[in-house]
Amino acid sequence: MSNQNGQETTAGADPSVLIEIDNLSVEFPVSSGTLFSRNRAIIHAVDNVSLNIHKGESLGLVGESGSGKTTLGRAILHLQKATSGRVLFDGQPINEMRGRELRNLRRRMQIIFQDPYSSLDPRMSAGAIIGEGITIHNLASTRAEYNRRVAELLEMVGLNAEMARRFPHEFSGGQRQRIGIARALAVEPDFIICDEPVSALDVSIQAQILSLLANLQSELGLTYLFVAHDLSVVRHISDRVAVMYLGRIVEVATSADLYSNPQHPYTYALISGIPVPDPRIESRRQRVVLGGEPANPADPPTGCHFHPRCPFATDQCTIEKPELREIDTSRLVSCHRAEELALEGV
Amino acid sequence: MGNHARVANMPLLEVENLKTYFYGDDSVVKAVDGISYNIEEGETVALVGESGCGKSVSSLSILGLIPSPPGRIVDGEVRFRGTDLIQLPPSDMRRYRSRRIAMVFQEPMSSLNPVINIETQLTEGMMTQLGLTTRQAKDRALELLETVGISDPERRLAQFPHEFSGGMRQRVMIAIALSCEPDLIIADEPTTSLDVTIQAQILDLMQTLTRERNMALLLITHNLGVVARYVERINIMYAGRIIEHGSSTDIFEKPSHPYTVGLLNSIPRIDRDTRSSLDPIPGQPPDLARLPDGCHFAERCRNAIDRCTTDYPQTVQVESRHTATCWVADEIYSNYAHHVIPAEAGIQRGEVGFPPIAGEMSEGQRGRDAKCPSRPENKR
Repeated sequence: MSNQNGQETTAGADPSVLIEIDNLSVEFPVSSGTLFSRNRAIIHAVDNVSLNIHKGESLGLVGESGSGKTTLGRAILHLQKATSGRVLFDGQPINEMRGRELRNLRRRMQIIFQDPYSSLDPRMSAGAIIGEGITIHNLASTRAEYNRRVAELLEMVGLNAEMARRFPHEFSGGQRQRIGIARALAVEPDFIICDEPVSALDVSIQAQILSLLANLQSELGLTYLFVAHDLSVVRHISDRVAVMYLGRIVEVATSADLYSNPQHPYTYALISGIPVPDPRIESRRQRVVLGGEPANPADPPTGCHFHPRCPFATDQCTIEKPELREIDTSRLVSCHRAEELALEGV
Repeated sequence: MGNHARVANMPLLEVENLKTYFYGDDSVVKAVDGISYNIEEGETVALVGESGCGKSVSSLSILGLIPSPPGRIVDGEVRFRGTDLIQLPPSDMRRYRSRRIAMVFQEPMSSLNPVINIETQLTEGMMTQLGLTTRQAKDRALELLETVGISDPERRLAQFPHEFSGGMRQRVMIAIALSCEPDLIIADEPTTSLDVTIQAQILDLMQTLTRERNMALLLITHNLGVVARYVERINIMYAGRIIEHGSSTDIFEKPSHPYTVGLLNSIPRIDRDTRSSLDPIPGQPPDLARLPDGCHFAERCRNAIDRCTTDYPQTVQVESRHTATCWVADEIYSNYAHHVIPAEAGIQRGEVGFPPIAGEMSEGQRGRDAKCPSRPENKR
């Protein structure tokens, strides 16, 4: 965490950092109201976010719907244009790139989508879906090499080489997600964004996919940004976790620290909202149930975005926006009262 | 109504050998294939299983809501305080729906009528079932909205579903379910589509309200965490049948069916750190139109013996009020039973997974180096 908010860094200053997100904002104009009384507003889906992703790590990104976590992921890949700020991939500014340059960089970063039913083209065979990237990036010189590579990828994700000829509708949800993973791996990326990759799957299949992702990461030395709303899933795959609320990062810490000792009241509430599958532990847990719902992102609360729902909010919180600050070497928190609150994790 | 004398020891709801099949052109899908369970007055019971295991179909069967054709209840009884609901003519059945048994559905987005305002949807049941006047029903509707935590009920009552957020719609659904003071609420995945903080709100609310009113709650869910927090007794379903039943603590501490063990080891737990504690069940559930001979879980089961592939197992009582339908249930039960920490002992945090099942571990399947097994999945 060497470079913080606003500090200019020279490209490639820290070789352990693969992705450096620097004061990134993404805004969407929206209009509401009737035809005759239009209200124009701007949604700050991502609000001045700075974050580093280290080589070989798995960074979890957690938040509820509308927190901006998916938009942040898409902005990192430059699938979504940022309003301001920049993203450096291995020292190179992605948002300033065009054409061939961008395409070459894109080979190194891939995404696995949430819904295995809508993210695979139903008219392409599994083999063609997986192989498309190989063709685009000229990664195979002969047809035989191409076929061998597709077969290898299918086996890598726990499917059969013969399945290359089948079409998406012939696969179950879990198998489709495996195809989505093989598709992402086809271009030998360094970095993969997993955007809610298991939330559409059943418990037993979920565990299979999570184990597969963890194994692939250690075998291939991948870097993950794991986006999810489920904190227990994130814990199982992440080295560090960042928590988002209404477009802002509210806490970043190592996985172990974040769960055992949350420092932001929102993190605390999220953890406390998730039941532990053990009745004995459940009956002894200290819990807080948040009132209210996340605010309208087009009209966020003043000061700390979380203050209307926060059980610990003071007058200061309603006025002054808390900065994301380093409170110990491996933790960033944006809460005025982080030091004085003693919050319990699990 | 009101002529149901409460007979001592009679459960509120008894489901016995219920079978609901769906008939296709050339196949029969045995969605629910002979399940039995009961719910006592004021009790919270869960029906747990993955998608396609028949948990929703079984609850729709209770209220006679199975679309027919293609669906049909082919056998079994659903006795509500002794009356078999399946045999009731539709006109009598209507007096049970929402009056005696109310339902909260999974999708708050699609289970409210988008073109009717909240007041009409909320008061309809009270006027037809309880015979309240419009005025009385409206007063009660205002009260109910307040009870479920919706502020400014007067204004909200005039609004339409699209003006409510997902959590608020689910609160409205709960208000509708409560409106006729039923004895049983069936909640089918009531919080699955909601955010974490809202999930906790809704489930806490349902728990408080049903306890206050001594209503029974049948919670249908795939989430074992939710079950651990809110439920007294659990029925685990797999491929159309209940494979294990017991109290919440018994099931979590002494699971006696290999599928239950597998489920418990598949859940990423928020209180456990190591990535290695995940131990997935290989393969996927069977096709309900082509169920295998023998135990439906045998193909994915690490404990399977020869008999499992030929004969469907008998239900074994492993301890008082705890049953499992498995040929090796006793072995699995005894394996966990002596690992249980006495209640007064402290909880060890961060303990990893369930202890391995004696003798039946194969291919070093536990832990990080467990490859995702693909073989059974490929068979399809």
